[in-house]
Order: sequence, then C-alpha cells, then structure tokens
Amino acid sequence: MISVEAKKRKDKCMTRIFVAGAAFAVILLIAFVLYVVIDEVGGMTSKMLSFGPQGLGNMFFNTIYLVFLALVASTITGIPAGIFLAEYAKKGRLTHWVRMAVETLASLPSIVVGLFGYLVFIVMTGSQWNLFAGALAVSILTLPLVTSVTEDALRNLPSSYRNGSLGLGASHWQTIWRVLLPACFPRIMTGLIMAAGRGFGEAAALMFTAGMSTDINWTDWDITSSSCPLNPFRPGETLALNIWALRTEALQADAAQQAASSSAILMIMVLSFSLAARYLSYRIDKKMGGNK
Amino acid sequence: MKAIDTVVQKAHRNEKAARTFITICGIGMALVPLLIGAFLFIKGTDTFFTFGHSVTEFLFSGQWKPSDTAEGGGQVGAAMFLTGSLVTCALALLISLPFSMASSIYMTEIATPRRRRLIQPAIELFTGIPSVVYGFVGMTVLIPALRKLFPMPFGFSVLAAGIVLAIMIFPTITTMAADAMAAVPKSWREASYGLGATRWETIAHVVLPAAKSGIFTGIILGLARALGEALAVAMVIGQMKVFPTSLFLPASTLTTAISADMGGAMEGGEYNAALWTMALVLFLLSFLFIFIIHQINAASDLKGGRN
Repeated sequence: MISVEAKKRKDKCMTRIFVAGAAFAVILLIAFVLYVVIDEVGGMTSKMLSFGPQGLGNMFFNTIYLVFLALVASTITGIPAGIFLAEYAKKGRLTHWVRMAVETLASLPSIVVGLFGYLVFIVMTGSQWNLFAGALAVSILTLPLVTSVTEDALRNLPSSYRNGSLGLGASHWQTIWRVLLPACFPRIMTGLIMAAGRGFGEAAALMFTAGMSTDINWTDWDITSSSCPLNPFRPGETLALNIWALRTEALQADAAQQAASSSAILMIMVLSFSLAARYLSYRIDKKMGGNK
Repeated sequence: MKAIDTVVQKAHRNEKAARTFITICGIGMALVPLLIGAFLFIKGTDTFFTFGHSVTEFLFSGQWKPSDTAEGGGQVGAAMFLTGSLVTCALALLISLPFSMASSIYMTEIATPRRRRLIQPAIELFTGIPSVVYGFVGMTVLIPALRKLFPMPFGFSVLAAGIVLAIMIFPTITTMAADAMAAVPKSWREASYGLGATRWETIAHVVLPAAKSGIFTGIILGLARALGEALAVAMVIGQMKVFPTSLFLPASTLTTAISADMGGAMEGGEYNAALWTMALVLFLLSFLFIFIIHQINAASDLKGGRN
C-alpha cells in the first residue's frame, strides 16, 4: 500500500508542475504583448503615422472603414438570424441545420472565405479589387459571432420582460422590437465590438478581395472618384494586410520597421476593443445582477 | 370598422411581415456555408472532371507540377501540402497541450478565485490577436532564436510553424478546458476529498474524466484553427515545396500554398483548379471537425454528462 506521505509528495509535485506550466504560459503571453507594443512604438516616426503615401494613416483609415462596412453588413443579416434562432425557430431539423451552419461558418478557415469572396465578389461581378468586396468577406467571418451573441442575449433576458409585454396585449413582433431588443442592446453592442476586433486583424480573407494597394487623395470628396477616401469601390490595403505584404515583398528599405509599427497599432486597436467589450459586459452583468 | 380593429389588424400584418423577414434571414444565414461549399465543390472538382486527375493522385502522390494553362497535362499530387498541414498541426498540439492543460487545471483547481478572475480574461484576450502579428513576431524573434539554438540552415522551418501555431491555439484550448472543468459540480470534488483523496487524485480521477468531452471540444477547435491558419504559418515555414522530412527544414502547408500561388495562377487553368481543390479539402476538414464535436457532445449527453 502506498503511504500517505508518498501521496502527499505526489500531490505537491503535481501542483508545482501545474503552477509552473501556467506561470510559464502566462509570462510568455505577457512578454509577447510587451515586446510588440513597447519595442515597436519606440521605433515609430511621425512620418510613419502620417496620411501620406509613406505613412500608415491611409491603411489605418482603410482598416476602420472596411470593418465598419463589414459590421453594417453582418448586423443587417446577423441580428435577424439571431432573433430567428431565439424567438421564431421551432425545435426541429431546420433549426438544427441553421445552428450547424452558424458553427461551420465560425470555424471556416479565413483563407477559404477569402477565396469565396474573390470568386463571388470579384470574378463574378467582373470588378477590380475593392474595399466593399473585402468588407463582405469579413462580414461572413463576423456573421456567426453576431448571430450567436444576439441569440444568447435574447435567451438570457428574464422571462418577465416577455410575459409583461405579451400580457399587455402586444404581438410577438411588437414585444421583440419594443421590449426585448432594446433590453439586450448593450449585449449585442458588446458582441459587435468583439466582432470589430476580429475584423481589424483579418488579412487572409482580404488578400484576394480588398487588394494590396491604396491610392487616396484626401482633398477628393467626390464619392464616385476612385481616389475618394469614402468610395467603397476602390482598392484598399488594411494594416494587417500591410504586415503580410511588407514581410514577403519588402520593396521599401524601412519595411521591417513599418511592419513593426503596423503590428503595434493593430495590437493596441484589438486589445483596446476587446477590453472595451469586456468592461461593457462586466457593467451589464453588475447591473442585471443588481436588479434581481 | 372600429379604431381598435384597425390597430389589431395592423399589428397582425406587421407580425406576419416580420416573421417572414426574420425567417428569410435565418435560412439565408444557413445558406451561406452551403453556398461556399457548393462553389468550392464546383471549382475544386475541376481537377478531377476537367483535367482528368484521380482523387488518389491528388491525395497521395508527391508529384506537384500542375501546368498553368487551360489544357492541363501536369501532375497535381498534393500529398506534401497535406502532410505539411497535418505535421504542423500535430506539432502545435503537442507543444500547446501540456501548457494548456497545466494552465486550465491551475486556473480551476489551484488558483484562488481572485487570481482566476485575473488570469482567464487575460488569456481570452489572446484569442483576438491578429494572426499576422503572431507571424510577424515569429519572424523577427523566433526565427533568429531558433537559428542560434539548433543547427538549421534557414531558421524558417516546420518547428517554427509548430511553435507559432501552438501559441495561437493555446488560448482556445485553455479557455475551453477551463470552462469544462469549472462546470464539474463542486459536490463531486467534495465527495472525493471526503473519501480522503488528495488534490491531484481528485483532479486525475474525478475532474478530468468528468470534463473530458469539453476538453476534447477545445482541442478540436484548436486544431481547426491551426489547420486553417494561413499567413502566420506562411511567414515562418519557409514555403519550400517539399515533404516535411525534418523539423529543422522548411516545408509547405495547404494554406500557405493557396496564399502564395493563388494570386499568380491563371483563372481556369490546371494550377488554379488544383489550388481550389486544396481549398475544398480545407472546407471538408473543418466541416469534419464540427461533425466530430457534435458526436462528442451527443455521446456525453447520452451518458448523462454535464449537460
């Protein structure tokens, strides 16, 4: 029989292994972020942050604009799809398939979505690489997130909201539109911020859709002109794509430094967005918890 | 007609219209992956139907010389890319799994609740970091370090790809596993302690078996992410079109081949078709992963698992 002492020793030993493993992993991750942010921000020059052809400003703008378009697209389709799953879908084969589709979309490799976007939005429409096609490709990637956040938000509302509204004689749709959706607006907003974080970093889906060049003239505000910043049908390189392009093609002398700065900006954007989403949902939980 | 009737009728009409719109959106959403699958299938099977290659040649032959013309006549054995993908994914899992398990066990079983509330969100933050940033850091930090540590000619290697992927899938597996372990009822642990088990015995014999299906789901999601990752891998693997024979030599994967060559391949040519077939393989594999997750969950539901 194994003695109690031996068991205790084994327990202590295993505990140390777990603590060491966790500590190593966490330290590595923290070092990773600190390296990217501190090391690269230090090397940034004001020329790089400008909106000229040398700077990253245009790409920064492209990134924001593209993600904004993508979010509009996935909001328009994703929120109704979430409402469908939470409110209208009956338990059955159809619902099962829709749910399966959401999961499949969520795990699709982004390069596959990029190829699909290239085929449908570029080749089949016979157009040049453009921001709008890129936005649609990214919206396919963020769609499952928006859908499942909406569904979860609706399902987690207290049933008294629904019952109160229906009891006053409201129809199902009136209940959803006037009571349930406003009540879960903050949660859906959190989901959208998370989706934006994902969109900022997307590169593989944009390689063949949004294109790798930017030609913006900041004095040109004619929306049909191909150099107008707000024209969605112009090619536009995003920060994430810029990192990829610089590291593989590297035509400019300061390519490494530019890529480093792009990574730092991208990292700060993504981290601040996910921190914002986290803070928002923390506030919601606190508020909801207080009402109970 | 009374005013109230008009209001009720209007509400009914709106209800019907809204229901139709919402249902269309819901079903439309389900059609997107089907549509993607259908397009990939149409483009991807050109290799077999238009250019007359066999499926076995594509999957098992190592001869990769597709011609960039619409006439075809090249060789499309994609086995080296397939093995490249499988080897890098397996390597990533092998590196990442011990740390993921240690971290998730530490978070749920050992750390104080306060520390857990600090560590878990921090780890979750890392799921959102863009893959190109991982690739970039891998390129600038990892590759020179590897070149110093090991006798390798380039630094760009299968090992580098495995390490970068391991760091990328670590948060996915860790959070899924930690959630699964946290969902094991507290009374089970108390019963185990009450019988005189140590913490390690409780973890090994009670918590881990109970959280098994959740942990597997996390592992498969991590694998799916590793398999589909294109740019981060492309930046560190060296993209040499050879079989992955050594950890220290460059190789290629399905995703890196697509991202490197798709832009240059002629539309409608054999090269293009072969790359689409590789995309189809990726699609089918990610579908397979979802299917496996469903099977695991169904099996644990049957056994009266945690759900």
